[in-house]
Amino acid sequence: MSDLPLIQADRAVPSPAATTTSRGGRGRRLRLLSRTDRVVITLMVLVPLVLVVGLVWLPALATVALSGTDWDGIGPISEIDWVGGKNYSDVVEIYPPFVPAVQNNLLWLAALFAVATPIGMFLAVLLDKEIRGSRFYQTALYLPVVLSLALIGFVWQLIYSRDQGLLNAVLGGDTDWYGDPNVNIWAVLVAAGWRHVGYIMLLYLAGLKGVDPSLREAAAVDGASETSTFFRVVFPVMRPINIIVLVVTVIESLRAFDLVWVINKGRNGLELLSALVTQNVVGEASRIGFGSALATIMLVVSLVFITLYLTTVMREDRR
Amino acid sequence: MSRPRTEAEYLARLAPPSVAGLRRRSLLAGTAGAGALLGTGLLAGCGSDSDSGSDSKAVSLGSNQSDPVPKGVIAKVMDGFKTSSGIQVAINTVDHNTFQENINNYLQGKPDDVFTWFSGYRMRFFAEKGLAGDVSDVWGKLSGFSDAFKTASTGDDGKQYLVPSSYYPWALFYRKSVWKQYGYQVPTTLDQLNTLGAQMKKDGLAPIAFADKDGWPAMGTFDILNLRINGYQFHVDLMAGKEAWTSDKVKKVFDTWNGLLPLHQPDALGRTWQEAAQSLQQKKSGMYLLGLFVAQQFSAAEQDDLDFFTFPEIDSTIGAKALDAPIDGYMLARKPKSEANAKKLLEYLGSTDAANITVKNDPSTLVANGKADVSGYTALQKKAAELVGSATEIAQFLDRDTRPDFASTVVIPALQQFLKNPKDVSGLLTSIENQKKSIFTS
Repeated sequence: MSDLPLIQADRAVPSPAATTTSRGGRGRRLRLLSRTDRVVITLMVLVPLVLVVGLVWLPALATVALSGTDWDGIGPISEIDWVGGKNYSDVVEIYPPFVPAVQNNLLWLAALFAVATPIGMFLAVLLDKEIRGSRFYQTALYLPVVLSLALIGFVWQLIYSRDQGLLNAVLGGDTDWYGDPNVNIWAVLVAAGWRHVGYIMLLYLAGLKGVDPSLREAAAVDGASETSTFFRVVFPVMRPINIIVLVVTVIESLRAFDLVWVINKGRNGLELLSALVTQNVVGEASRIGFGSALATIMLVVSLVFITLYLTTVMREDRR
Repeated sequence: MSRPRTEAEYLARLAPPSVAGLRRRSLLAGTAGAGALLGTGLLAGCGSDSDSGSDSKAVSLGSNQSDPVPKGVIAKVMDGFKTSSGIQVAINTVDHNTFQENINNYLQGKPDDVFTWFSGYRMRFFAEKGLAGDVSDVWGKLSGFSDAFKTASTGDDGKQYLVPSSYYPWALFYRKSVWKQYGYQVPTTLDQLNTLGAQMKKDGLAPIAFADKDGWPAMGTFDILNLRINGYQFHVDLMAGKEAWTSDKVKKVFDTWNGLLPLHQPDALGRTWQEAAQSLQQKKSGMYLLGLFVAQQFSAAEQDDLDFFTFPEIDSTIGAKALDAPIDGYMLARKPKSEANAKKLLEYLGSTDAANITVKNDPSTLVANGKADVSGYTALQKKAAELVGSATEIAQFLDRDTRPDFASTVVIPALQQFLKNPKDVSGLLTSIENQKKSIFTS
């Protein structure tokens, strides 16, 4: 809040030549700002503002607007026909992949939250113990996050392929890991978790390194066990990191896209909202209006989580 | 040819950078994602870097032939054009699938003067939208093309918009050595096909190799069954949205398919066409319904062992003369930088000279020009050309014969749903029909 008066003062004073005596306290504060300062401040406000409005808000609002049209991506904007809520009713009523997509997104969230994130945190705690070769484990576990998307898709294709894959060769079965719609979502969740664990581990490890060692020492002096030290002392101290981890998990599951797209473009049991949007908007199909309706639904779902997060954080700040 | 051929090519068409690039930077990832998707209109597509408008001895070509062999053929054909006309061609090669996915943006931006594309609805669509140039006067100078090719190059307004270069038929492919070993005969009716399939099962083979992980191969099966059961005209009308998917005719197609499913390789939804083709190559499957490009999965020594027959007759009043044989060709941009040069190039591309260069250098394709010297064809190519030549009607393949939005967002999931649960055909067809009405009326 401290920068607000500065900006007000800036607007209130028409020229830098204004005298300090006539304006009292405000003017005195203004004198602290040279011409350069004001240019810098203006730029620092304007540039991000333009970027956020131009790259985030305008496209988002345009998406919402387009979701009420049947535009096919060709021709001038003046020729776009308004169809009202038809795209939304189509999505809900006659578009079979929609319901599985919502279910899969929720499943994704639950799996990352309940399984992958705790494993990542657990690994971070283990690595924080400075065990032998911890750097090696750290690198190995983080590797999936660094690998390119194409490579990850290829690696898992080699493992999961029904006829030629590693998994069926080792197990001697003929499970159709990618083709069977009851199985493939779990197979993909394993792959997604594989990446997510490494990501969370690194985030959490960075946080753990920042915990004041004297806290642990104090806990040890008081005779606390390893477990209770972690849960009673370290974990509460790590609150900011915990929130980041939580947010990252939610975002990762909402924007989950790449793996299913690599595997089968988000069809046949692997429907995700993001993949459906891409199927409809990107590429030859060009159902811009229909895809925008899906994107808007995704936006609304994201907004729910963002609002929850922001209210929590702001409430914390006020305390 | 239009299909992903290698794992690398398949992977190359992955997530657009706008979507893949986001990590946790922004709490508004959802918002930004939506924005980024909307922003696809702003993505550069695959525009040409080769601005050559001022030079009267230059023309640009946007090519989707990104595989080594066809790419080499294009380069040789362009060399031939340069020799004959003195005009230099700047070739802008883009990965096949990327080219296809970006085509809308590409054509609305600054496309190359001449670009590779397909015949069928996909060509007529761009012609109707005014995104392609009329090449009727070029057709006046071309010779050697049958009427079937001219029809396939004609837009809804009666003008030509495509110069065909190559095509390939869809048929049931098999290995001669396997069939000889077991004494199989080519089936000419559905009953014979069923009997043959049952025998193959006894012999420990998967009768018909099958894959539909990528969504499009099953369209080939649907096409041929529909052509055999309901005939070409019904197929065209169905693709154009004029016939109802809920009709008994379409239901019969799926019922027949359901009857044939036990002969198909199981778990097709997890398999790529390459894997299915390899099961044929490894003599684990008896036959495989695919385009001529299946030959790419066979080594040079095995090419002679590969043979095919057209899908057998189902209804004797319909016969077995229609088939899918997609045509590839070249189109003219709506505002070419140098129209005269572009048309000269198109004329050359439709000439026997260009066709002869292609025949010499690419054994996996058939050239469209009937006057070309095809003595260099392999036995398989010769037979394929004969098959298409004897066809009464030629369809282009489902995703080229109907609206791309309908094909990719409705038909692919629907066919996969059918393969998952072949029992509920009427529910599935109602769903397709509802979506078709919504899409075709928009």
